[in-house]
Amino acid sequence: MTAARVFVVGGVLSYRALFNWMQPVVYVPTMLGGPLFQILFFAYIGRASGVESDAFFVVGNAVQVSAMAGIFGVAMTIGGERWTQTLSLVLVSPANRFALFLGRALPLIVNGFVLSCFGFVVGLALLDFELEPSVLPALAACVLVTTASCSAFGFIIGSIGLYAREIFVAANLAYIGLLLFCGVNVPLDELPAWMRAISEVLPLTHGIEAARLVAGGAALGSVDGLILREALVGACYAAAAYALFRAFEAAGRRNASFDQF
Amino acid sequence: MRILRLLWVGWLFHMKMLTRSAFNFWLGLVYPLFFATAAFFMFQAGDDPKPLLYASLGAAVMGIWGATSTAAGAALARERWLGTLELLATAPAHFALILLPVTIAMATIGIYSMISTLVWGRLVFGIELEVGDPIAFALAVPATVVSIGALGFLLAVAFVRFRQAWALGNMLEYPVWLISGFLVPLTLFPAWVRPISWALAPTWGISAIRGAALGGSPYSDIALALLLGAVYTLAGILLLERALRSARQKASLSLS
Repeated sequence: MTAARVFVVGGVLSYRALFNWMQPVVYVPTMLGGPLFQILFFAYIGRASGVESDAFFVVGNAVQVSAMAGIFGVAMTIGGERWTQTLSLVLVSPANRFALFLGRALPLIVNGFVLSCFGFVVGLALLDFELEPSVLPALAACVLVTTASCSAFGFIIGSIGLYAREIFVAANLAYIGLLLFCGVNVPLDELPAWMRAISEVLPLTHGIEAARLVAGGAALGSVDGLILREALVGACYAAAAYALFRAFEAAGRRNASFDQF
Repeated sequence: MRILRLLWVGWLFHMKMLTRSAFNFWLGLVYPLFFATAAFFMFQAGDDPKPLLYASLGAAVMGIWGATSTAAGAALARERWLGTLELLATAPAHFALILLPVTIAMATIGIYSMISTLVWGRLVFGIELEVGDPIAFALAVPATVVSIGALGFLLAVAFVRFRQAWALGNMLEYPVWLISGFLVPLTLFPAWVRPISWALAPTWGISAIRGAALGGSPYSDIALALLLGAVYTLAGILLLERALRSARQKASLSLS
C-alpha cells in the first residue's frame, strides 16, 4: 500500500515540480514549439534533398518527440534532484525504489504520448500528410510502447545523474543521438552498417518502423514483432537503469556525494 | 575609444568564461555535428553532389545560431541569478555596451562548431570545400557572427521580462535554421515566409558565406547582414532604455 502511495503521489508531485512544466510559458515553447519546428525543419530538408515524403518525416519525428519527455523529463526527474538539493532527502527515505521509479515515469509517458499526438496534428495541419481514422488505435499502441521504451532509456541518463554532474549534456546528446541513429529522418538503409547495428539496440528504431507501417495502412498484427522488439529494448534499458540506480545510490551513500557539484 | 575598449574587454571576458565551460564546449562542438550528419546523410541520398556542398556550409553556420539562441535568450536571466544584473544596470557605462559583447561572444563560440562541421564533412563525407573568394569569405564569417550576435542582443532585451526566457530562445533555434535558408532554399517556402527570411540577418550571412565560397554576390550580402545587425542593435538599445526605465520606476529589475 505504501509502495502504491509512493507510486501515485510521488509521481504526481514529481511531475508537477519538474521543469515548472505547469507554467504555460515553459511548457508551450519547449514541449510544443520545439516539436512543431523540428517536424517542419526536417520535412523541408526532406523536400530540399528529395529524400522520402512528408509522411516519412511526420511519423518519424512525431514519434521521436515523445523522447523529449522520455529523455529530458525522466533524466531530470532523478538527476534534477541534485540541482534542487533534494536528492539526499529522497534517497534517505525508505520508499520502495521501484515504486518511486515507476511513479515518476508514468506521467512522463503520458506526456510523451500527448507530444506525439501533437506532432501528428502538426503534420496533418501543415504538411502533406494524411491518416485514416481506422489506423489511430494501432498507431496509439506503437507510440505508447515507444514512449515507454524511451522513458526507460531516459532512466539510464537519470541514474547517471546520481553520480555525474553534467546531466544536461548527456540528455541532449542522447536526444539528438536518437534523432540521428534511429531512422527518424535518415532512412536506415542510408546509414552505415555500424550505425544500423547500434540502431537495433536503441529505443525508437522499431517503434518508428512499426508506426510508419501502421500509418501506411498495415494492421497491428503485422507489426507485432516490431512492437515486441521495441518493448524488449525498453525492458532491457529499464532493468539496466534500475541496476545503475541502485549501484550509484550505494556509491553515493558510501562517498557522501549526493549533494556535491 | 572607451566604447571600443569596453566592447573588446566585454567580448574577451565572456569568451574566456564560455570557453571554460565543459557544457558549452562539448555541446557547442558536438550538438551541431549530429544535425549536420543527419543533413549530410539526407543530401547524400540524392544523386546530385552539389546540394551536399550547399548543405555543408549551411550546417556549419547553423552552429553559430545554435550557440546564440538559447544562451542569448537567457543572458539577462543568468545575470539576475548571479545577482549581478543590478550592478551592471547601474554601472556608468550604458547597459547595451555590456550586453552586446556578451551575445556576440556567444555567437563567436559558434565558430568552433562551424570549423568542426566543415572538418567533419571533409573527413567523413568527403565534402571538399574550395573557397572561391577567400577575402570575401574572411569578411563574411565575422559579419555573420556579429549580425547573429546582434540578433541575440535583441532577443535578450526582448525577453527581459521573462524569467524563463531560455525556453523562448530555445524554441527559436529551429525556425531560424529553417527560414534563413541554411539547408533549405528559400524558394521552397510559401511566399509569405520570404519577407520574414529577408528580415533575418542569418539569411544574408549564410548567403554571403555561400557566395564567397561557391560564387555569387557576397559583398552586398555582407553589407545587408551588417545593416540588419545595426538595426537589431538600435532596436535593442531603444527597448533596453524602456525596460530599464520601467524596472527602475517599479524597482523590479531583480523580480521578473
